[in-house]
Amino acid sequence: MSQVEATSRWRIEKRDNVSGWLVVGTLLLAVSAALVVTGLIFWAYGTPPLTAYRMILSALFADFRSFSEVLRRMIPLLLCGVGLVLAFRAKFWNIGAEGQLLAGAVAASGVALFVPLPAPLLIPVMFLAGGLAGALWGLLPALLKVKLGVNEIITTLMMNYIAFYIVQWLINGPWKGESMRGFAYTDRFERVARLPTVVGTRFHYPTLILGVLLAILVTVLLARSKLGFEIRMMGASPEAARYSGVNFLRTTLVLVCIAGGAAGLAGVGEVAGIHGRLVGPYDVALGYGYTAIIVALLARGNPLATIISALFLGFVFAAGDIIKVTLRLPFQITDVISGLILFFLICSEPLITYRLRYQKQAEASSHETLVTSPPTAMPSTTTPTSTQPVRSEHGTG
Amino acid sequence: MMQEATSPEHTATSPPKPSEALRLQPRLEMRAISKRFPGVLANDQVNLQVMPGEVHALLGENGAGKTTLMNILYGLYAPDDGEMLVSGQHAHFKSPRDAMNAGIGLVAQHFTLARRHSVVENIALGLPSTPLFFPTRKLRGQIRELAAHYELDVDPDANIWQLSAGEQQRVEILKALVRGADLLILDEPTSVLTPQEADKLFKVVRQMQLEHKSIIFISHKLDEVMDIADTITVLRKGAVVGHKAKTDTNPSELANLMMGRTVHEAHVAPKDARELEQAEVVLELDNVSVMGNRNVLALKDISFKLHKGEILGVAGVAGNGQSELTQVLTGLVHARSGKVLLEGVPVQQQSARDLFEAGIAHIPEDRNHTGVVPDFAVEENLILRQYRYSPFSQGQWLKHTEVDTFAKASIDDYDVSTPSQRTPTRLLSGGNVQKLILARELSGQPKVIVAAHPTYGLDVSAAQLTHERLLDQRERSAGILLVSEDLDELFHLCDRIAVLFAGRLMDIVSAASANRESLGLLMAGRTQGIKQPNGVAA
Repeated sequence: MSQVEATSRWRIEKRDNVSGWLVVGTLLLAVSAALVVTGLIFWAYGTPPLTAYRMILSALFADFRSFSEVLRRMIPLLLCGVGLVLAFRAKFWNIGAEGQLLAGAVAASGVALFVPLPAPLLIPVMFLAGGLAGALWGLLPALLKVKLGVNEIITTLMMNYIAFYIVQWLINGPWKGESMRGFAYTDRFERVARLPTVVGTRFHYPTLILGVLLAILVTVLLARSKLGFEIRMMGASPEAARYSGVNFLRTTLVLVCIAGGAAGLAGVGEVAGIHGRLVGPYDVALGYGYTAIIVALLARGNPLATIISALFLGFVFAAGDIIKVTLRLPFQITDVISGLILFFLICSEPLITYRLRYQKQAEASSHETLVTSPPTAMPSTTTPTSTQPVRSEHGTG
Repeated sequence: MMQEATSPEHTATSPPKPSEALRLQPRLEMRAISKRFPGVLANDQVNLQVMPGEVHALLGENGAGKTTLMNILYGLYAPDDGEMLVSGQHAHFKSPRDAMNAGIGLVAQHFTLARRHSVVENIALGLPSTPLFFPTRKLRGQIRELAAHYELDVDPDANIWQLSAGEQQRVEILKALVRGADLLILDEPTSVLTPQEADKLFKVVRQMQLEHKSIIFISHKLDEVMDIADTITVLRKGAVVGHKAKTDTNPSELANLMMGRTVHEAHVAPKDARELEQAEVVLELDNVSVMGNRNVLALKDISFKLHKGEILGVAGVAGNGQSELTQVLTGLVHARSGKVLLEGVPVQQQSARDLFEAGIAHIPEDRNHTGVVPDFAVEENLILRQYRYSPFSQGQWLKHTEVDTFAKASIDDYDVSTPSQRTPTRLLSGGNVQKLILARELSGQPKVIVAAHPTYGLDVSAAQLTHERLLDQRERSAGILLVSEDLDELFHLCDRIAVLFAGRLMDIVSAASANRESLGLLMAGRTQGIKQPNGVAA
């Protein structure tokens, strides 16, 4: 009968140890799968996938000016991503980087537009204000989580909308620029409130340096500091953290301040490095805060790895321009790519945790397998649906 | 065969109608079943045979492999090796549904009932004959009938959350019976029951036995096993170490089989009342009450004194306030009223961190999730509580060289077997995890040690090491509170034994004068006939 299948089979079992190569390999597999599926979309538009990818790559690598577009897209992704890695290590599911970025942009704009400061102080104060505002934006969900057990996924997400509409209101209302002829922008920042860029590009390198420094700092923090130890403990085993006496409130607030602050810095970079004024909320944030979730997941808890994953998603963002201009296809394909990467990342997770093992069974059973039929040999047994188990052949009833 | 001899009364009264040949066919045969988990051989060539109408006890300490074996029988795990025959037919269960269809029912230790639904709804859930509409209409009568027949009285329309543990267990048994089970696995069924409920359960078991149903009765309580079982299979470290008819054995033989070699430990004379009177009081509880999970008091007006150099045992059936007692002493919950005094200083409002700093070490009940972070390296878990103090950190930063030195010394000292100090702790066996916890908790010369079930599920050598280390601490004049369900352990180590029942301190008895019977009565909440030492509220 069907006993042949039972004699040798594939078995799924948990891996004891996960090697770094396996992780990298699986991530590359997920990313490749996303690119293959995106290729099908190009193909459906009538563009051969390989041609499309070749055009994108050659356009982005044509010269430094083109490549700088990748780098400038990478900056907010890196800053938000590093913060999210830290939050995710503590199992604080911050979906609010987008709003924290906007809060940072608002605070920096406020400083640039309305605070009279000597020129050398202006940029540092803008970064400081932006970082604080981003941190503040994360504090409320963190407090609600630790004090009342409110799910932070929902509150951080909702805070994004609040930030979004605050920006809308500011640029349409009190902060609406007089020189903008009715457009919903603030006035332009003074020259001294703009970040330096590499000549001829929009690559505001000071912010990138800040991001890389932050990635290094968070790495050291996680591996070497008491705070990092507590964050990792809280994420890996809350019971053990409670037993050890970790102060959940303090630790959560600190880590959210760092994560939100990092996103706030990204917001400062966008208004002071790219736009030079506060523009519409979508134009400032562009979904960086959400895409940074993918950046953080790709980095798998390693802050330094966000440098690579942010660069990669920076490519995807920059490719959007090429797709729109050169291929004349909708640039929203980039959202499809990010979405597919996230999809395949989540799907590939079991490959890292489990493995398939082929197992041979020594002796093949030649007997009938009993799988679904009840034993018929027992007179006292009736079918499972019967109402008769009370009856006994033993005569005790 | 042995099984025949063990149930003579059934063969004697058996009517001729069902053929003897069928009666002689085992209902279940497990042949050379092996199951390996990473690092553990959970079942090692286990043979088990259960006849119709037999109550077969599966005896073994925690971690002996009883539950694994039953999970294989119930289709939850596939065996790595070996074969199973149900009523003579080969069985390869891919899921519990296959097992149910083959007439096997499992009443697990932790009930699998939907708490917001009624009894009849829970029984209807997943039953193949349940219609899409009005799923419970036909079932109600059937449940009433079955319940009356087996005296499993339970209201079919009561919601699960309204039922006591004993009633919920009856629902689980009914669930199995409605599905036509004729081999019922009861996994430590009495651990959640009061003595009266246990008696009722035994009646049900006997009734099923009369109807030729087979019962596998998992337990580590010897008295029960001697009371109810016909045949007893003893498992130790995954392998069958004994197979006895009840009539051919006695509790002490079974205990020896379970425990393996008789443990020779240096016997320690319990300190008598006068000696304790002279020792300083290190910890005092004064009318402490603690709120439990369900908004009822889990501890009620507990008062006792723990002396330096004393091991005070805490006995009781699980769930009578032991966890709350350890939690309130280690700062994980706060007392609702009353005082906790550490060397005379009130500490009842202090946090877990404060109390650890003040000198209360805690060997927690759930060693694998509370006692350590499974994904952390061994060395990180060794400083899980001390990381914030010198020498392991300075300012905001951890000092890795100090951690490294401490880890090496602890691993040597406590004989923790681990490939390296950087190995993730989840790869260590239970005994080694416990050694790691001991190394950490005992390193700071604590004044008080709260040890909750410190040898639960450990192998003999790890348990012995744990005992020795606790006795060393007693020698060093630490006060030790030892919560355990293992009476032998309590008798062996303790100077005095306190008994908790329903959140109340029934009595504190001197270990030298106590015996199993008197403790058993106290654990069941009975104080009659036991003289009350002065000053202890009952």
